[in-house]
Amino acid sequence: MASAFIQFVDVHKSFGDNAVLRGIDLAIERGQITTIIGKSGGGKSVLLKHIIGLMKPDAGEILIDGRPLGKLKKRERRELKRRFSYVFQDTALFDFMNVFDNIALPLRERGGLAEEEIRRRVREKMSQLDLAEIDHEYPSQLSGGMKKRVALARALVTDPEIILFDEPTTGLDPIRKNAVHTMIADYQKRFGFTGVIISHEIPDVFYFSQQVAMLHEGRVLYSGSPEELQQVSDPLVHQFIRGFEARRNGAGQAVPMETWEVRFKEEMGRLQRHQVPFSMILLTVENMHEITAKAGPISTQETIHNFAAQVRQRLRITDSCTRMSLNAILLILPYTNLEQSRMVCAKLARELKAADFVKIRPYAGFCFSISAGFAQAAEGQELEQVLARAVESKEAFYEFSVC
Amino acid sequence: MGAWTLFRIRQMGRNAIFFFQGFVLIFSLPFQATKIVQQVYFIGMKSVAVICLTAAFTGMVLGLQGYYTLVKFGSEGVLGAAVALTLIRELGPVLTAIMVIGRAGSAMAAEIGIMRISEQIDALDTMDIHPIRFLISPRIGGALISFPLLTALFDVVGIMGGYVTGSLLLGINPGIYFARVESSVQMSDITGGFIKSVVFAVVVITVCCFQGYFTHQRPEFGAKGVSVSTTEAVVISSVLVLVTDYVLTSLLL
Repeated sequence: MASAFIQFVDVHKSFGDNAVLRGIDLAIERGQITTIIGKSGGGKSVLLKHIIGLMKPDAGEILIDGRPLGKLKKRERRELKRRFSYVFQDTALFDFMNVFDNIALPLRERGGLAEEEIRRRVREKMSQLDLAEIDHEYPSQLSGGMKKRVALARALVTDPEIILFDEPTTGLDPIRKNAVHTMIADYQKRFGFTGVIISHEIPDVFYFSQQVAMLHEGRVLYSGSPEELQQVSDPLVHQFIRGFEARRNGAGQAVPMETWEVRFKEEMGRLQRHQVPFSMILLTVENMHEITAKAGPISTQETIHNFAAQVRQRLRITDSCTRMSLNAILLILPYTNLEQSRMVCAKLARELKAADFVKIRPYAGFCFSISAGFAQAAEGQELEQVLARAVESKEAFYEFSVC
Repeated sequence: MGAWTLFRIRQMGRNAIFFFQGFVLIFSLPFQATKIVQQVYFIGMKSVAVICLTAAFTGMVLGLQGYYTLVKFGSEGVLGAAVALTLIRELGPVLTAIMVIGRAGSAMAAEIGIMRISEQIDALDTMDIHPIRFLISPRIGGALISFPLLTALFDVVGIMGGYVTGSLLLGINPGIYFARVESSVQMSDITGGFIKSVVFAVVVITVCCFQGYFTHQRPEFGAKGVSVSTTEAVVISSVLVLVTDYVLTSLLL
């Protein structure tokens, strides 16, 4: 991994007796978005502050372009800083300056630009972030969400190469949150900056990050692509991602994840007591990558969201429907054996083809290609076992496309 | 006890480094003239009313006390000299410094402290803006300009205050009062007073800004930290003004 842009090598940092980072090894690639997830207070911000040199490690090294940060000369360090921007968790806007001056400050202090050019750039960023007509307001007069966007504008105004975001969307309403995510993704595509984002917005951040690193107890528990992350068997990773999906209620807006597990246990109990069979159907969007690449992450998710809602509408009242991962929806069907569940699914496929649920058609020929896996639960099986059988039994016959 | 002494000595060293960094960066380009002018306005202009009021009453009370003491020896004629020398050599610089600590010093400590705890100073750093150059240098510049001017104002108003009680109320001949002022005050007294006021400017601004700037290194956090910093800034700088005043006086005499 010698080619990594930013590389943490066994970085340690303590505050008094509190060891926050206990040997971080992490490689951040150029031109990618890396998201850092992990519990609050787990050292994510501390990690981010090390990259820009606001904090220095007690032990270990941080290499940027292969050169140790600690050994850079003053001038080199300054040059490096000019390539960075940092979006602070609590915005850190200058409260004695109005919004316009806040955003303009990095440009003005950097020098070399005419006032007119500065004005033009600041205006451009302000209109992109929906901040028009608050030039002369002071940060304390703004709402939390607005401050957040002003801070983003201030970070983006210098067109930096590397942007470090410390929870850029915490405290924003869902619409603005999506807007910020879309903006980060768009900007990244257009300017190709390297982004490091600390976020709790799981799974939203998975849609536009190429790498996800999970921090746990001062170490990187896992790092890899979002898709890989969902396959990881580590129970801690699972619990963390699931926990967030459950809390956020997924895009399926159906039974939250914990309830889904409860549901499985209930059905299993019924099976053991009264020999009532139950089945599961796993619907998987197989061409998720292709859709995301063409339509962008946000509208893809919106469409899957609509799809899940439509599925749910067509289910029987006792059935449950949950979003399991980015591209999978799980149905639990009580009082249903394997054969019946196939029939339910076939009917579902017929009806869904007829229904026009794709409200946003991002490109011509937009189609979901969905496979269905079936499994009937046997007595004493664990949820994972039944799920594994459903994954195995994904049948091409039931693969239906919805356009 | 030993630890305390070591801590204080180390703090003094850090204060000195802090000041020199700030002072040198005043002259770095691009020159921050507007910001220095703003600080002159904040430290100097906005203190004028307070300084005038304090100076007037100090001068008046000096006139009163001086008169009743001097009249016992029948030498009330030298009241002008007594009032002017006391003010120019001692009370002018010292009281000006104390008043500015109360007005501007505490405000600076709090303002910079809040910037520190809300990460605004870190934000400057990440933007490759030198926080000391951006925040502290203009304040040092502003103080170095304002303090001598305020001291001069204090002296003049104070002498007029002495005239009000001495001549207008107690009947000393105004001509004698001012003649005594003129004849007794040497140029060395005035330069001495100005040297003091410049040194006080350094002490006050350094201590107040330093306390605010390093608020985050206190055991207290957040708003509590800022409040302790502000208190410490006022107490330490007031005490230091009086101590340095003694040292300077003994050197200047």
